[in-house]
Amino acid sequence: MTGKINLSLILSSGTLALFVVLALFAPLAAPYSPTEVLTNPYATPSVDHWLGADTLGRDLLSRSIYGLRYTLGISLFVTVVACAIGVTLAILAAVRRGWIDVLIGRTVDAIMAIPQIIFALIVLAVAGVSLKTLVGTMIVLETTLFFRILRASAGDIAVMDFIEVARLRGETLRWYIFREILPNLAPTLIAEFGLRFAFASLFISALSFLGVGIQPPDADLGGLVRENALAISAGKVAPLFPAIAIAMIAVSTNGIVDFLIRKYSVRGELQA
Amino acid sequence: MAHPLLSFAMRRGGSGLVSLLLVSLLVFVGTALLPGDAAQSILGQNATPETLAALRQQLGLNEPLPVRYWNWLVGLAQGDMGTSFSSGRAVADLLWPRLRASMTLALAAAVIALPLAISLGILSALKRDSFLDRAISFLSMWLVSIPAFLTGYILINIFAIRLGWFPSLSISHGSASFMDWINALVLPVTTLVFVTIAHTMRLTRTAVLSVMASDYILMAEIKGLSPRRVTLTHALPNALSPILSISMLTVAYLMVGVVVIETVFNYAGLGKLMVDAVSYRDLPLVQGCAVVFSLVFVSLNFAADFLSVLVNPRLREPKE
Amino acid sequence: MSFLDIQGLSLKAGATEILRDVSLQLERGQVLGLIGESGAGKSTLALAAIGFLKPGLTIAGGKVSLDGIDLVAASPDELSKLRQSKVAYVAQSAAAAFNPFYRLGHQVTELRALRDGIGGSERRQLAAELFARLQLPEPDRFGLKYPHQVSGGQLQRAMIAMALLNNPELIVFDEPTTALDVTTQVEVLKVIRQVIAAEGCSAIYVSHDIAVVSQVCDRIVVVRNGVMVEANETRRIIDSPQTDYARALVASRSTSDFNRETSDTQILIEGRGLDLGYGSVRIVENVDITVGRSEIVALVGESGSGKTTVARAIAGLLVPRRGSVTLSGIRLAASVDDRNDDQRRRIQFIHQLPDVALNPRQTVRAVLARPLVKFMGLSGADLEERLRGLMAEVELPAALLDRYPGALSGGQKQRVYIARCLAAEPDILICDEVTSALDPLVEESILSLLWHLNQDKGLGMLFITHNLGVTRRFTDRVVIMERGRIVESGTTKAIFAAPGEEYTKRLMLAEPSTRAGWLDERIASGD
Repeated sequence: MTGKINLSLILSSGTLALFVVLALFAPLAAPYSPTEVLTNPYATPSVDHWLGADTLGRDLLSRSIYGLRYTLGISLFVTVVACAIGVTLAILAAVRRGWIDVLIGRTVDAIMAIPQIIFALIVLAVAGVSLKTLVGTMIVLETTLFFRILRASAGDIAVMDFIEVARLRGETLRWYIFREILPNLAPTLIAEFGLRFAFASLFISALSFLGVGIQPPDADLGGLVRENALAISAGKVAPLFPAIAIAMIAVSTNGIVDFLIRKYSVRGELQA
Repeated sequence: MAHPLLSFAMRRGGSGLVSLLLVSLLVFVGTALLPGDAAQSILGQNATPETLAALRQQLGLNEPLPVRYWNWLVGLAQGDMGTSFSSGRAVADLLWPRLRASMTLALAAAVIALPLAISLGILSALKRDSFLDRAISFLSMWLVSIPAFLTGYILINIFAIRLGWFPSLSISHGSASFMDWINALVLPVTTLVFVTIAHTMRLTRTAVLSVMASDYILMAEIKGLSPRRVTLTHALPNALSPILSISMLTVAYLMVGVVVIETVFNYAGLGKLMVDAVSYRDLPLVQGCAVVFSLVFVSLNFAADFLSVLVNPRLREPKE
Repeated sequence: MSFLDIQGLSLKAGATEILRDVSLQLERGQVLGLIGESGAGKSTLALAAIGFLKPGLTIAGGKVSLDGIDLVAASPDELSKLRQSKVAYVAQSAAAAFNPFYRLGHQVTELRALRDGIGGSERRQLAAELFARLQLPEPDRFGLKYPHQVSGGQLQRAMIAMALLNNPELIVFDEPTTALDVTTQVEVLKVIRQVIAAEGCSAIYVSHDIAVVSQVCDRIVVVRNGVMVEANETRRIIDSPQTDYARALVASRSTSDFNRETSDTQILIEGRGLDLGYGSVRIVENVDITVGRSEIVALVGESGSGKTTVARAIAGLLVPRRGSVTLSGIRLAASVDDRNDDQRRRIQFIHQLPDVALNPRQTVRAVLARPLVKFMGLSGADLEERLRGLMAEVELPAALLDRYPGALSGGQKQRVYIARCLAAEPDILICDEVTSALDPLVEESILSLLWHLNQDKGLGMLFITHNLGVTRRFTDRVVIMERGRIVESGTTKAIFAAPGEEYTKRLMLAEPSTRAGWLDERIASGD
């Protein structure tokens, strides 16, 4: 049993690490230029072009490696920013309560009452499709999700007697956040970060696939799927490769999260 | 005091309405803040100032923003959603056939996904930590991680291209025979089922597990009731409330899931309509689609909460 | 052969031993008491006696036979049949043990209906008769209610009705009154006692309270850490316990008090005209309370009496609607947030559950160092020396300084918590039910620690408790509260010698005693 978990953990972290390295060193890792037409459109995989060619005859492996940059970069940026905002708001709401808690809570509820993809489509339609809007919208959506779960956990911690002990001692807000609440929130936070990262990478891919994400000539993995979608009806598998890469990112992340959740629930860290 | 059910319905319905108003406000104000306006979009860049002014007057664009919002809401309540920029047709006329098509897709998927996911979820909880349970949870981890378009394209590649059993693109049901129409639904519906089933299974499993861990289940076992009776008459009725609520949420997910899947299969539904409207920046059409999607989503969420209260005596019956 | 015969029973959860080599016998019509702290394995033992193992437990050895049937060898099916026909179980928390989905009448009669195939009207009649016998209100309509619609005491009686309906030969009562207030507890105890007498069945009564057990049982078995410590006739255990543990158990209900020196009653802290509440709910009305220098004052009441609310207002955790708190004659800000560090230092508050009052992510060192740094400005070697000094004061090894709370026992945690309060060198300790969650043996040692602090350092204490036994032995003065008001107050000696108010008398009479015949007197005087 434990052996199996560790195997899946090793595979997951290995895949993710490989993708991150590829994305970081894309110019070195990619065998060809991502924009140069090198061979026939939809050339099948070969020794020279491991994943074959795309709709114009560009090397699909090179394009995918550059696509990884977008997908991972945007997902990571969005998740980090949303996590920082979400944690701050959640702890603030849990410690201060009162009107500020109600205000944030209601706003989040209202945003969450709209399906996420519909919300994104509205904003993108109104503000126009651009990288800034895209990232901004995703940060808003991810922040609401972070807030929802962390507010609940922080709320559980904030009603513990040790918080009251800190209050009786006259501690500052800084002390509450960094010494009392955050250390106890950490396991939830780490697991949630993973889940949100997986969600972000699937979400940006879906938007690009729909044509409202990253705009050509640049392409993230979802955009690559869209570019090559027509090949599907011709029986080609080219668009499947970037799609599989997206799935691998999400599966690996979820695999790591799954391991963390199991580990923490076994150790019973937060069961007070 | 009012009956708890009634007061719950009022409270929950009220907050649903607030969400809907918020959506409409977001959609409306967002649109109104844009440079240029509907008159400009309809007449194009070459319009003369006179015709523009006349059309503005006619469309009521000179009124203050709150008045325009109110007029828009009133129109909405009467089914008038304005005119599409790109086609010049009434938004409502464009929406309804598409909504029907999307609901067909979502409901067909629900009929398959719900019984399948719920029974697998229950089974997985009852046989906790068995091989079956672990297989199901492993599978569901994969299913939630695979983007809908990958599932769709794999199905197309295998069943449409290689085996040729089903068409890869959907056809509108007006022009084809009934069997062709059903055939064309198979792949998109299957994809939708794959997309939602994992989530529903997980939620059901968690709900049943939490019921099975209750003291009253232990009590029923101590009383000497058979495992079958403990499960069927003591555990499942209590799991009914969360399961009903999960079902409604699943239908809501399915409704939203059509957005990507309709693009994969080129299916003429509401999701595809909205995505196209966003690409053309046809704002009245985007507004209309957003309002309809949100209405469906908010109503299903309300139904989820209401049903779960209805079958839970603790919430349904007043405390004395 | 005895009706119930357990020989050398050992149970395991995975590799951990839960019960080790337990042997006991129970004759028909006899009542056996199982006593011990929570987690001692007494519930597990009682359940094993009726052929039920909680999920995850396995039998590692030994024999259990009930009415001649070998329960270890029996199949799950046979065990179910046996539990349906011969035994019944009354759980500690009736609120959790009743299925929230069904009406009470349905649940109470479910097994009987299943077993004997009886139908609707007969079921209703059977239930109504029993409800009437157990003095439940409106017995004809009681069965129509859902579990969440009736009170805790009523639910507990409904559960006893459910047990009786099967005409069992053996009933297991698993801490049936632990969750109840004393005045409710005595009513349920009377019912249990009468029921056992009337039915003539055997019973196993599980409890952590030796007084309760001594009133309903013929024999007592003391269990600790999964091992049987002592077993004997009830009176012999009470009158001459053989082991240290049993002695401590009995002592915890004894009347021998701590030898009090006269205390200094010069007023240290005073709450005046306190009106307290949350939101629109008013909980406490016009309460005056004082604690003198080196005086121990008990604030006594049942749950919902408002005693903890008063303590929280004095600590500044709850802002009063009316009234004020003064410390050494100086009026304090209503909220602790507005008091100064010196005032915060002088009043220390000890919570009921050290488990949630110690941050699980801070080591003992971090916990104790914070007040030393914040209030005393200590650092470096001085700090280290004081840390060790504090550990010695609460009789803990200094090696525990680098442990996390999760690695400490309940008693150790409470000591760390007390040390944290001492670090501030306070004038007064507010103790909120500090010993009620502890094992009697640990409770006794914590009380004596507090006692020495009071004697040696002249520390004043406001001692919030529902336990009259502890009150009598440990405190100088008593304030008794009922539903948000003070009913009576005075010196402990005077009040216990001659309670003036009806409610005080009722409380005192309801406090279980190990004295022979206590429950019989309650039954005789009650109705």
